[in-house]
Amino acid sequence: MNELLLTVLTLSVLGALLAVILYFVAQKFRVDEDPRIDDVEKMLPGANCGGCGFAGCRAMSEALVKRDNISALFCPVAGGDTMKSIANFLGKTAAEKSPMVATMRCGGSCQKRPKVNHYDGALSCAVVNTFYVGESACAFGCIGYGDCVQACKFGALSLNPETGLVEVDPDKCTACGACVKACPKGLFELRKKWPKNRAIYVACRSKNRGAVVMKACKAGCIGCGKCEKVCQFGAITIDNFLAYIDPEKCKLCRKCVNECPTGAIHIVNMEPLAKEPKESASKGAANQKSAETAKNE
Amino acid sequence: MRTFPIGGIHPSDNKEWSKDKAIETLELPSEVYIPMIQHIGAPSTPIVKKGDKVLTGQLIGQSVGFVSANIHASVSGTVTSVDAYPNGQGQRRIMVVIKREGDEWVESIDRSTELKRECTLTSEQIIAKVKDAGIVGLGGAQFPTHVKLSVPNDQKAEVLIINGVECEPYLTSDYRNMIERAELILTGVEILMRAINVNRAVIGVENNKPDAIAHLRDIIAKNNYRGIEVMPLKVRYPQGGEKQLIAAVTGRQVPPPPALPISVGAVVCNISTAIAVYEAVQKNKPLIERVVTITGKELKSTHNYLARFGTPVHELFELAGIPEGDVKLLNGGPMMGRAIVDVSAPLIKGCSGLTVLSGKEAARGKELQCIKCAKCVEACPMGLEPYLLSKLAKLQKWDMAEAHNTADCIECGCCSYTCPSYLPLLDYIRIGKQTVMTNIRARAAAANKK
Repeated sequence: MNELLLTVLTLSVLGALLAVILYFVAQKFRVDEDPRIDDVEKMLPGANCGGCGFAGCRAMSEALVKRDNISALFCPVAGGDTMKSIANFLGKTAAEKSPMVATMRCGGSCQKRPKVNHYDGALSCAVVNTFYVGESACAFGCIGYGDCVQACKFGALSLNPETGLVEVDPDKCTACGACVKACPKGLFELRKKWPKNRAIYVACRSKNRGAVVMKACKAGCIGCGKCEKVCQFGAITIDNFLAYIDPEKCKLCRKCVNECPTGAIHIVNMEPLAKEPKESASKGAANQKSAETAKNE
Repeated sequence: MRTFPIGGIHPSDNKEWSKDKAIETLELPSEVYIPMIQHIGAPSTPIVKKGDKVLTGQLIGQSVGFVSANIHASVSGTVTSVDAYPNGQGQRRIMVVIKREGDEWVESIDRSTELKRECTLTSEQIIAKVKDAGIVGLGGAQFPTHVKLSVPNDQKAEVLIINGVECEPYLTSDYRNMIERAELILTGVEILMRAINVNRAVIGVENNKPDAIAHLRDIIAKNNYRGIEVMPLKVRYPQGGEKQLIAAVTGRQVPPPPALPISVGAVVCNISTAIAVYEAVQKNKPLIERVVTITGKELKSTHNYLARFGTPVHELFELAGIPEGDVKLLNGGPMMGRAIVDVSAPLIKGCSGLTVLSGKEAARGKELQCIKCAKCVEACPMGLEPYLLSKLAKLQKWDMAEAHNTADCIECGCCSYTCPSYLPLLDYIRIGKQTVMTNIRARAAAANKK
């Protein structure tokens, strides 16, 4: 009985003594941290995706608290409203950015872009890219082994087995930019997010001449320039036989969609414009015809 | 018998399919596609334009900077286009297209077949001629030869090693050169020895080519080639790797990159490169053709052709007769070769052979789990841990991959070959190596700026 009591007492005294020492050590070596960092971290989404450019949400909240000017910092996952409330909480002005969404710019589905060889190496786009251009004849198109799907932490990307292409779910996408880095072909772009998830973009990255594109894929941009001419807002530019729609200038009028001979301009959540019957052209043809018949007569 | 100290495998060599076929001169193609990059380094600048008449051997691509190589017209005729065309991997590269009209050579080239042995040029003159001729390593790496021969002032070459190993299965172009053009090789070796100022050269040949070893020794004794020795080596892949060959011949280890073979006093050149050097220095002939093997178990016929660069590879495949069904076409042999996906691609300087494997031969096994058997570790000739490097690359742990010396990998493929679980080890290691090398270069550039 005595031994038991002695043990308990010794340990209790030891514990109390160490606690006192620990208390003083903690006082001496205390790291003063702004309590607001914890608060800001709680307000951030906690995805730790790295979309802001920092290692994680903790590093981001530290930067938000410590920097005087936070206009260069933006969490794409949280979005503008959360950033505003964080800025209000800290008494600073927030960066204002319109919401963005990742866009996969290749329309070369299995049907439109036939496979010309068979690959049986490691199932990774990055590996394929070290070997050669890929299973189709297009050197710029989606390889389809889903490196981006693996890189996405929000489950916003999925591989459609029917088309062999990656699709983006705009509701889940947070525009963190992980897919932009993961794609060895550089197919992803963070583009302006219109209301109701509407979108318009050129679903092709091929910088080859039209004839070469046509050979490899029926859905590619051939750089004909028809869309550039029809656009009233100067939103479309053609560089290296490839059209690009500037989302900041585009007004979603969709005139270019009907002009594109290969259907390379994709629209999302919008109806295409009704195709106007080309009156002037058909009239012209009819006139010519009647003139010819008149001549024959 | 000597060989390199660690690792290595022993694939069946399959050389019997083409080793007895004498070198034939390939009929000149009607059109050639000459890429402006057929070497390691900066792409050359095309100096001809559409409509220009060119002669065989005329300079059409000017090298840019020190690590680069000149490109010459391989036929005479009219330039019909200078544009991007697909290479074997389907990537578009700038090429000069020449429509052939006859075969008129540049006048300064000596086309006689007579052997010209005396060489009184200085080291600088030889290197200048090699540079002008656009010679690159013909073993496959395509490293500009004049860079190799320009020994830095603070280092000294002690021995010239000539690579006649041809450890890659199937290929026999070097073997045919040794049998049929031994005198050209040995004269080329003499010139190379003069260029780097050494009095000893070793020709490493694997022991599965006893007739080549005997023939070379015979010619050396008969024609009194001084200081050249033929060294038989134990058959083992990848003996033809530069570092492995140096280790086998001299017993010295080349330190990890960026150290070059010259840091252990060795300069390594291929057998075919020696012939090209002979022709460039003694006959003023630029590098416009090479011996290329076309081989495969199921081909109608196999050949060793002396072919001009720029010849579309489908012409060679047609002559050999591709079998029906799925085939894998390779630029090179089955270990180091790269699959060809576009047969309109041209023959380039580094292509020592075209191998055709049937779909069955080429098929990879189904990928299983790593069972930690360490066969890949045993097989790695660089003493690396392939299973680990592959995993690190897959997980994108670039710093750790660098710490485990991914950059030392020579991409020989021994690990993938030996893996009982059919893991695509090299596929991932290659990504790791590329990323790590890019990181190292970026750091060096940043340090330079400071």
